[in-house]
Amino acid sequence: MRVRPDSSLTAQFPVTPSFAAQQLHSAAPDTWGRRLLRKLDGPFDQVFGAGDSPLRHLGALGVFFFGLLCVSGFYLYAVLDTSATGAYRSIDQLTRDGVSLGGLMRSTHRYAADAMVLCTLLHLAREWLLGRFRGFRWFSWLTGVPLLVLMFTSGIGGFWLNWDQLGQFSALATAEWLDRWPIFASPLTRNFLTAGAVSDRLFSLFVFVHIGVALLLLLGLWFHVQRISRADVLPPRRLMLGTGLSLLMLATLMPVVSQAPADSSAVPSRLPIDWFVLFSHPLMYATGPAVLWLVFALGLGVLLALPLLRQRQPVPVAVVDPAHCNGCRRCFDDCPYAAVTMVAHAGGVRGREMAQVDADLCASCGICVGACPSSTPFRGSERLVTGIDLPQTPINQLRSDLRRSLQAHEPGTAVVVFGCDHGARINTLADASTIPFSITCIGMLPPSFVEYALRDGAAAVLVTGCGARGCEFRLGSLWAAGRLSGNREPHLRRSVAGEGPELVWAERGEEDRVKAAIARLRGQTGNGVNDQRSGREL
Amino acid sequence: MSGNQSTGARAIAGQIVLYGLFILFIGVFSRWPSYQSLAPDRALVKLSFSHHGKPVSDCHQASAAELAKLPPNMRAPVRCPRERSPVTVELDVDGALVYRHVALPSGISRDGAASVYHRLEVPAGLHRVQVRLADDARVPGFAYVRDATLTLAPAQILVIDFDSAKGGITLQ
Repeated sequence: MRVRPDSSLTAQFPVTPSFAAQQLHSAAPDTWGRRLLRKLDGPFDQVFGAGDSPLRHLGALGVFFFGLLCVSGFYLYAVLDTSATGAYRSIDQLTRDGVSLGGLMRSTHRYAADAMVLCTLLHLAREWLLGRFRGFRWFSWLTGVPLLVLMFTSGIGGFWLNWDQLGQFSALATAEWLDRWPIFASPLTRNFLTAGAVSDRLFSLFVFVHIGVALLLLLGLWFHVQRISRADVLPPRRLMLGTGLSLLMLATLMPVVSQAPADSSAVPSRLPIDWFVLFSHPLMYATGPAVLWLVFALGLGVLLALPLLRQRQPVPVAVVDPAHCNGCRRCFDDCPYAAVTMVAHAGGVRGREMAQVDADLCASCGICVGACPSSTPFRGSERLVTGIDLPQTPINQLRSDLRRSLQAHEPGTAVVVFGCDHGARINTLADASTIPFSITCIGMLPPSFVEYALRDGAAAVLVTGCGARGCEFRLGSLWAAGRLSGNREPHLRRSVAGEGPELVWAERGEEDRVKAAIARLRGQTGNGVNDQRSGREL
Repeated sequence: MSGNQSTGARAIAGQIVLYGLFILFIGVFSRWPSYQSLAPDRALVKLSFSHHGKPVSDCHQASAAELAKLPPNMRAPVRCPRERSPVTVELDVDGALVYRHVALPSGISRDGAASVYHRLEVPAGLHRVQVRLADDARVPGFAYVRDATLTLAPAQILVIDFDSAKGGITLQ
């Protein structure tokens, strides 16, 4: 349990924290992957809006397509004749007579599977480019990798149920791949040698591979999101509607039809292969089963080993001070990674709770600090001690730095900018009348600091962060916006929130937007920002 | 048209284009390019069997001394080895040896079936095929030999199997 025994953070963690821009120390590395994604996100954000961009909901889209697969799969299973002789006919007739409900279900089932594979692979690539596989995220990464195996296993098995030439080709190719090693006493391939070898019992195995493994996938998904609170399991409604209707349109325009029935006496001449799911079969016939095993083992090994490679120095996690924790549960509610739990208070008061931080889950984002009502800078104590704090950047330091910086400026002349280490680089904006404070996540900012800055002489306050869908710590920007607008506790006082601090969501590379907002603040009234400040103080 | 309306129209048009590209991508690569696993003028030979070889050695009469060492319920007078012989198979196509394999019996005690699966592409047309199979380590040479001259059509699959009930090596 991470509980601070006394209020002396600096004694426990001998670091010299500072929020001053000139001494900024925790800016996120701007890798080529992040730069690439920003370039890709830009046009999609413009078209869909940042909140609805499919590139920012790839994992959730994968789950949505999985849902479509389940719905259409229920229908198909109801009409499927699970026998070697009846399977082909039962599926083929769904699309034989033109557009029908069965045909739509069948085509949607196939296209949803393709879309799921596409979105899942893009989701994997995106998280890799963002470096989200190490540190506290290792669990989500490692539980996601096996889902790839389950997804392809279930997907490939689905082609076998429709016992046409494509299904037969896929089943045979899979059997030849598995037979590369003496896993089974008799080669699996012998089950497909002749028409007589394919039995009804074999179809029970096919059903298990397709549906049983899909159920395992569902279970795996549950594990995958275990360390994420308020996981976006489904994408926004507009995105579901858009992609769902698109797939229905595709299913209508290009219905999926069966190939000729399976025939073990001849090799199919040309097969319209589904490259999303079945790409491994041509790869194996081009290189050999051993090479495909090598690619499979190496790919899986590299993905599983990624969290172990290039480990960063562990960052001290949030620490609870029982003396200042009143058990309000706000940090428990706001933590994006379920790192905070509530336990019986260390003080022994019956019925009273206090927060407890699980060091393995904590991302050191500081969102809990921003959620804590004890983090208000208006407290009279010389040293600001809050209920939960980050040792490396304690909230007291932010207040001290803010107070010192404002004292160095004429009252009503400086614009205070609160930003985050992962968004626009606000430290580059420091000048004679701009005081930037970059914190780990904008969700770490207690909203009362805005009012405190204004009362202490700031002409105006600007708050910036990565944006709702691009937040490095998932929910920081969302919570900050809610608190500043008065819709989430702890909220900014209504009298201050009414006029509102300037909010600008700007990602790395969008510093000009912040600069423009500062300029706008300065020129808002004829008398400049002084009038704005005096108005706010009223 | 105001600026906001214009931006909204552009966004909707952009969404239509991107959704269109999405289904085009899915629709195309779910069936194209088609795949041909075998060249048009080729045929396929699949040699496969799962067959128990003969015991590696003969049964022998246990001596009284050997039987005395055994528990009473295990004193069978004739002792037979569990281990099976490896199965050797050779395939000639048009007089040339194209495949030879010694399949070991499966199981920890080597008392299971020996299995083989091998696929071989050949040009379509007339071929003379000879398959030889030996399943008894005590007897030199091949106990089973099957000769056949057959015409393989393009894309045809010839399955060479072993079925002792049907007299040994089968071609189908």
